Amino acid sequence: MIGRDEVLHVALLARLAVGEEELEPMARELSAVLDHIAKMGELDLSDVPPTSHVVELTGALRPDEPRPSLPRETVLAQAPAVSDGGFLVPSPQA
Amino acid sequence: MSATDVLALSARAAADAIEAGSLAPRELFDAYRERAAADVSAGEDGLNCFTWVAPEPPTDDAPAPLAGVPLAVKDLFCTAGIPSQAGSRILAGYLPPYTASAVSRLTEAGATLMAKTNQDEFAMGSSNENSAFGAVRNPWDRERVPGGSSGGSAAAVAAGLAPWALGTDTGGSVRQPAALCGIVGLKPTYGAVSRYGMIAFASSLDQAGPLTRDVADAALMLRHMVGRDPCDATSLEFPEAIELPSAERLDGIRLGVPQELTGEGIEAGVLDSFGATLALAQELGAEIQPVHLPHAPHALSAYYVLAPAECSSNLARYDGVRYGYRAPDPKDLLDMYTRTRHDGFGAEVKRRIMLGTYALSAGYYDAYYGRAQRVRTKIAEDFRTAFAAVDFIVTPTAPTVAFRLGEKTAEPLAMYLNDYCTVPMSLAGIPAISIPGGLSEGLPVGFQMAGPAFSENRLLDAAHALEGAIGFDGAATRA
Amino acid sequence: MRDGEPQDLDAGAAADGRAEAFEAVIGLEIHVQLATATKMFCGCELSFGEPPNTRTCAVCLGLPGSLPVANARAIHFGLMIGLALGSELAPRSIFHRKNYFYPDQAKNYQISQYDEPLCRGGSLEEIRIHRVHLEEDAAKLIHVGSSGRIHGSDASIVDFNRGGTPLAEIVTEPDIRTPEQAGEWLKLLRSTLRRLGVSDVNMEEGSLRCDANISLRRAGTEELGVKTELKNMNSFRFIERGIRAEVERQRKILSEGGEVTQETLHFDPASGALTSLRSKEEAHDYRYFPDPDLLPVAIDREMIDLAREAMPELPAERAARLQRELELSPESAQRLAFASELGDYFEAALDAAVDPPPPAQMLANWLTGDLVARLGDGEDPQASRVRPAALAELVGLVAARRVSVGAGRQVLDSLVAEGGEPQAIVDAEGLAAMDGAEELAVIVADAVRANADAAERVREGNSKAIGPIVGHVMRETKGRADGTEVSRLIHEQLGV
Ligand SMILES: [Mg+2]
Ligand SMILES: [Zn+2]
Repeated sequence: MIGRDEVLHVALLARLAVGEEELEPMARELSAVLDHIAKMGELDLSDVPPTSHVVELTGALRPDEPRPSLPRETVLAQAPAVSDGGFLVPSPQA
Repeated sequence: MSATDVLALSARAAADAIEAGSLAPRELFDAYRERAAADVSAGEDGLNCFTWVAPEPPTDDAPAPLAGVPLAVKDLFCTAGIPSQAGSRILAGYLPPYTASAVSRLTEAGATLMAKTNQDEFAMGSSNENSAFGAVRNPWDRERVPGGSSGGSAAAVAAGLAPWALGTDTGGSVRQPAALCGIVGLKPTYGAVSRYGMIAFASSLDQAGPLTRDVADAALMLRHMVGRDPCDATSLEFPEAIELPSAERLDGIRLGVPQELTGEGIEAGVLDSFGATLALAQELGAEIQPVHLPHAPHALSAYYVLAPAECSSNLARYDGVRYGYRAPDPKDLLDMYTRTRHDGFGAEVKRRIMLGTYALSAGYYDAYYGRAQRVRTKIAEDFRTAFAAVDFIVTPTAPTVAFRLGEKTAEPLAMYLNDYCTVPMSLAGIPAISIPGGLSEGLPVGFQMAGPAFSENRLLDAAHALEGAIGFDGAATRA
Repeated sequence: MRDGEPQDLDAGAAADGRAEAFEAVIGLEIHVQLATATKMFCGCELSFGEPPNTRTCAVCLGLPGSLPVANARAIHFGLMIGLALGSELAPRSIFHRKNYFYPDQAKNYQISQYDEPLCRGGSLEEIRIHRVHLEEDAAKLIHVGSSGRIHGSDASIVDFNRGGTPLAEIVTEPDIRTPEQAGEWLKLLRSTLRRLGVSDVNMEEGSLRCDANISLRRAGTEELGVKTELKNMNSFRFIERGIRAEVERQRKILSEGGEVTQETLHFDPASGALTSLRSKEEAHDYRYFPDPDLLPVAIDREMIDLAREAMPELPAERAARLQRELELSPESAQRLAFASELGDYFEAALDAAVDPPPPAQMLANWLTGDLVARLGDGEDPQASRVRPAALAELVGLVAARRVSVGAGRQVLDSLVAEGGEPQAIVDAEGLAAMDGAEELAVIVADAVRANADAAERVREGNSKAIGPIVGHVMRETKGRADGTEVSRLIHEQLGV
């Protein structure tokens, strides 16, 4: 069972605001799924290697050759706030 | 050709007619575009399949293999200058500067982009109810879901609003809606189709796939999608050309029925239909034998760790800085991040981000992520073992027929169980196809066939033979 | 205290016994921007001061649907660094995602290497290497303060030009004991990297950035103390000063019986102050996991062979060769080898076909002494007006006594100021050494007469008194006379 403090901690890691009224349902739903997932714990997997990719090892690298960058107006066109050719954000130093 | 005749053509037949000169691309495009636009204007009374419909018919009629065949594309694919919103408020109105490789390949082969289809937000869902642009309805019964997450693509094809559509499948998102809407859905081998420009949900599982009226159309679309893309490091060269299927018999083909995916939890009507399809296969010469996928019952657990873990990281980029939604009047950076993401994401997406963040966080990684990766190893092994004894593994695609809108929204876990039969193949990265097997209570039932990696040609052939014997008729929904 | 900063305290205090005996334990983490043509995971060209956000694309902006593909040359450079440091090369290269939210990360994760770095172990001279891994650089944040306020808060502007630049992160074992050693070692590392051609290694431009982990322990004990991390120092001077200040701060705390807290610090070179960068948010939990967009890359024989073939002669090898083949003094050989720009200049000068040819040691002395003094330490002589062939010619003339040492220095002044050809300058300024012994003897005789007092003292055995007489001759000859010859003639004429 995952508690409200844990929900708040995870939500901060994930940068998600969680309203007071959302806390309890979130904790309950996550707990239900985690309980289900916990059944994996029955398996003995001690000698089993992990699989990150099902695709066989390839060496898919890129040659160090330039490709055109995007025009700046395109880059900034979708941004919520722009200033002096850049993306404007609340300062992390504030 | 009359409009009715035009709409009766499969994509492949339409392409042939255009090539033969008996059908003008413009005529074909207009016939579908009109229907698609009508669905959009119908609002609540429509199926809500589309998030965008081309305002203009194409101008370029250059001869090409798919010349003039209109294509509906799931909104998860980026299309340059055309809204690509992934069913999410956080990307509402987003216009990408580039087009996904899978889409470019199809349009380079002559297909014309006619519409973008509705979907579950960021492909997370099995009912298409998790869309910021509203739920999609099932053309077989408008009070029911079309399945998801490629629900808009499936419903559009089933209802004859598009000749075919492009979807994506992470844990069953092409196959399950195809099953619930009575059409064909194919998830190719992982890596066969480039993921570049496909908005990521779970990178190690996501794969683009066709949703079509019949198996030959699925083969035709796949033929023009596969291949290594230098922009996707996980894409691979398909070892052979994709052929159009021609088999009519299944002589000598061994079909394995995994008891783990054909028993408990599957609706009786679905099992009946599955049994009937097996009997037909036998009549076509197939051998049916039981196989074991001992770790399949844990596939869903592994999937609901791995997919959310990857999604929690993939969706971190939606932060209100470079594109998309930003919460108004942020008081500082943290406030901007947390409110933007709170307001921009829907409930299911947030749930999965939370789940994935939790599974990767300090102290839990080994118990969740590490363990799920090991289960994944075992599942891939199970399939390899099984394919030593049989050619294909067959299961029902989904445990139930299309359920009612709202029926499963309250219980996430109940919704997740929809993917029970499709997720194991996703984890193993192998190709799987769903074809309509018949009806149960007047609703379509999907029949799933899976083969080893890169066995698409054989798989399509077998599915084609079976499709002919089943003789499923979905024309009523296209009326 | 080579830079003479008054507030600097000597970290080596323990050694001279004036304070309690603490020993500093210092490890460095160096981020090196690799000199590839394009970024780590996309085809954008690297940025050198272009206008903001003009070197960006879907990938390095983290646009929806974009995917990274690793730059083959960055991996090649990483392998070269590993070979230079004698590291063990990983059989496969795996990239992880390091997840944290910050506006300088387009994806809010950094693609970096985690538990399987490209290179492990090795050493450079006396300092052992822990690991070398590859990662992508962050974007640049420009703090615009209240002038760019967004709804009442200070604002920053993000420029993604730098975002995605390939970095090699080199982590040492905590083998360094003094700030000076850190500075010296870093200079050797820099010249090694420059020699490899894998980076511009320019600290001021940020292509070489250094963090230091610092702790103190009582001399003679093995147990490590609590360490602090000194972040992002961007010049050699600041590194030594910053480390020295932090060592002293910790020593003071420990001497007074206090405890050092683990924290990240910033050194302000202007004030000499150390400030804590303690985050007000949660402790970091980076949730590393293998990047599913990037398959592991097998580091095969062919890639390693290619890296090996590309290896130039490294500074330590070069020093040995210069000493062996050219019989340079060990000091000169090291100086030229460890500052590869000097070494390259030296060898170019030596290769120049000038007649008469300059002796190697004399050329080294003129380069590392006279020329460097005129250009300033750290300046690349290749970028000066003095061509290697010109220096070679000048030193050849001096060695053949066609130009005196003093006149040679005048020629060098002129070369540094305006460039040109030594022989032409000598001719134009009339600086050729005087070859007629009689002519010089007359001038010496005049000088002896004019400096009778000095001459008297020299006769009495005070050899230092010769100075004014020599000076007189040099003035008269505008420095063209050979000093040794002048001295010989004076002694001859005075009969001593
Ligand atoms: Mg780093
Ligand atoms: Zn780029």
